[in-house]
Amino acid sequence: MEQDFGAFPALRDVSLDIQPGELVALLGPSGSGKTTLLRVIAGLNSPDRGRVLFDGENATNLPVQDRHVGMVFQNYALFKHMTVADNIAYGLRVRPRRTRPSRAAIKARVAELLQFVQLDGLGGRYPAQLSGGQRQRVALARALAIEPRVLLLDEPFGALDARVRKDLRRWLRDIHKQTGLTTVFVTHDQDEAMELADRVVVLNEGRIEQIGTPEELYDRPASPFVISFVGEAVALPVTIADGHVRFGGRELHIDTHGLRSGPARVFFRPADIAVAAEGNGDLEGRVESLRRTPAGVRATIAIDGYDQTLEIDSPLERSASLGGRVPLSLAKARIFPADENGEYVDAGDGI
Amino acid sequence: MFEIAIAPADDRGAKFRPVTQDSPLARYALIVTAVLFLALFLLAPLAIVFVEAFSKGIAPFLAAFDDPDALAAIRLTLLVAALAVPANLVFGLAASWSIAKFSFPGKSILVTLIDLPFSVSPVVAGLVYVLVFGGQGLFGPWLAAHGVQIIFAVPGIVLATIFVTFPFVARELIPLMQEQGKVEEEAALTLGASGFKTFLTVTLPNIKWGLLYGVLLCNARAMGEFGAVSVVSGHIRGLTNTIPLQVEILYNEYNNVAAFALAVLLAGLALVTLGLKTFLEWRHADALAGRARRH
Repeated sequence: MEQDFGAFPALRDVSLDIQPGELVALLGPSGSGKTTLLRVIAGLNSPDRGRVLFDGENATNLPVQDRHVGMVFQNYALFKHMTVADNIAYGLRVRPRRTRPSRAAIKARVAELLQFVQLDGLGGRYPAQLSGGQRQRVALARALAIEPRVLLLDEPFGALDARVRKDLRRWLRDIHKQTGLTTVFVTHDQDEAMELADRVVVLNEGRIEQIGTPEELYDRPASPFVISFVGEAVALPVTIADGHVRFGGRELHIDTHGLRSGPARVFFRPADIAVAAEGNGDLEGRVESLRRTPAGVRATIAIDGYDQTLEIDSPLERSASLGGRVPLSLAKARIFPADENGEYVDAGDGI
Repeated sequence: MFEIAIAPADDRGAKFRPVTQDSPLARYALIVTAVLFLALFLLAPLAIVFVEAFSKGIAPFLAAFDDPDALAAIRLTLLVAALAVPANLVFGLAASWSIAKFSFPGKSILVTLIDLPFSVSPVVAGLVYVLVFGGQGLFGPWLAAHGVQIIFAVPGIVLATIFVTFPFVARELIPLMQEQGKVEEEAALTLGASGFKTFLTVTLPNIKWGLLYGVLLCNARAMGEFGAVSVVSGHIRGLTNTIPLQVEILYNEYNNVAAFALAVLLAGLALVTLGLKTFLEWRHADALAGRARRH
């Protein structure tokens, strides 16, 4: 399956190739175009230009009814006036007479799907009588009933509370494994995307920032947006001069990978910075507050020449004193040119 | 230092009255005023309709319905409602569908226009039709040349009734459909349902109670309309008199029993409508929830 769009108000030059059987997450903040992209795949929105291909076949002008996509909507969009069983049977009952299964076959399929989503015995209930998690599963069963070519889920866990979310995540992973369906889901929750998906598409302002496996996104983020959106990151403004990276009066030992001289930003994960032995620091900071944690101490540290604070966990024996200055060492960092809209240079791993 | 201390007024403990609750005297005064007002201006006239209709016993009451003019008025009223209500049902569905599910230029103007009949006096509405379709009107000569009579005939009465009643269904459905959005329809489409099937199996069941409610009010108004119909009808006995017009004629002729006998029909219609409306509001409050209360 392949999408390829040009100018669409919410999407710009998005090109995406999804392999059969893959579980793909579209990840991005609100307004990034992820839901629009999902709706374009479903056929609910049509792009101004560009194409949608299913198995190499052009589906751009295929009406939504003929695309055979199983769509699970954000608030499930269950038919309130129908029972759970009627909801699930809907896609089969509206088929033209030639292709419509017999009553008995529909009934059997509904029973099978109810069992599949672990809702046996609830076929006679109305959506209003179900919990959020149960409604979610009815929506999934209804989408699966039409034997879709691809399963699309819009914020599948958005409306659920934290505990149900966790259970359903695992459950969705199992469903994907059992059905082998190509699955695309939209989420703004990076944990969800990273935990579930084979590949994650990071979207920002209608553009794809990076497509990659969770490992690739964590270890080799392609842009400042990806490194800050996927996992926590701290950015330090630096200048590059003749291959040297300067932060305030200090030099950071980061490989610039041929980045041209000028302002740049160094990104690192909070986990990659630690309190160093005296005289070994890349940076220096001041301890602003200390709090006990089960394993040690969490220090809030203001880095010299940087107007924000960051929290560092360190073991008890290394604890610094309040107000004291501590040397900090950077284990890993990435450097990007400062110009947000400029071409990104993949700087590779730092240090 | 600012100190707060609360102590019971006596041994039985203090009674606390919310600030929004008025004193018992004010409360009773308000309730009594409202009830008296209702009794005087609504219940008493309604009772008098029935009292007058049966003032000379049951036989004269029934005799009023033997009059061919009265029967013609009843038939005409039913015919007008049978034409105007379905017309407004279709219009109301189309208007609310387009307003709730699409966005297009001039949408807010359309919403405002739908309310026009509520703000225009029915007499003015009737006069407009006379000016457009009447003998001296805009299309009058052309219509006369082709042998079509609209004013002082049934078509004019139907048109005037449609004008006066067209907001009822639309106003009922617009907020309901807006609230429901289009996500259920989208779900039906992704499941393979055609547009028409989606309308029948998803949209219509979702709005059916609101639609019935609107049709009910529309029908009550269509049968009871006086002003607009009076202007375009010409009051031809047995031909262009609806029940309300016939009631007026009989009353002016001091034929009180016959006038009130026909009025009983209209009052009965009002009571049945009120009963059904209350039932719908009680039983299907959820399905009607999208609407703001206006009637």
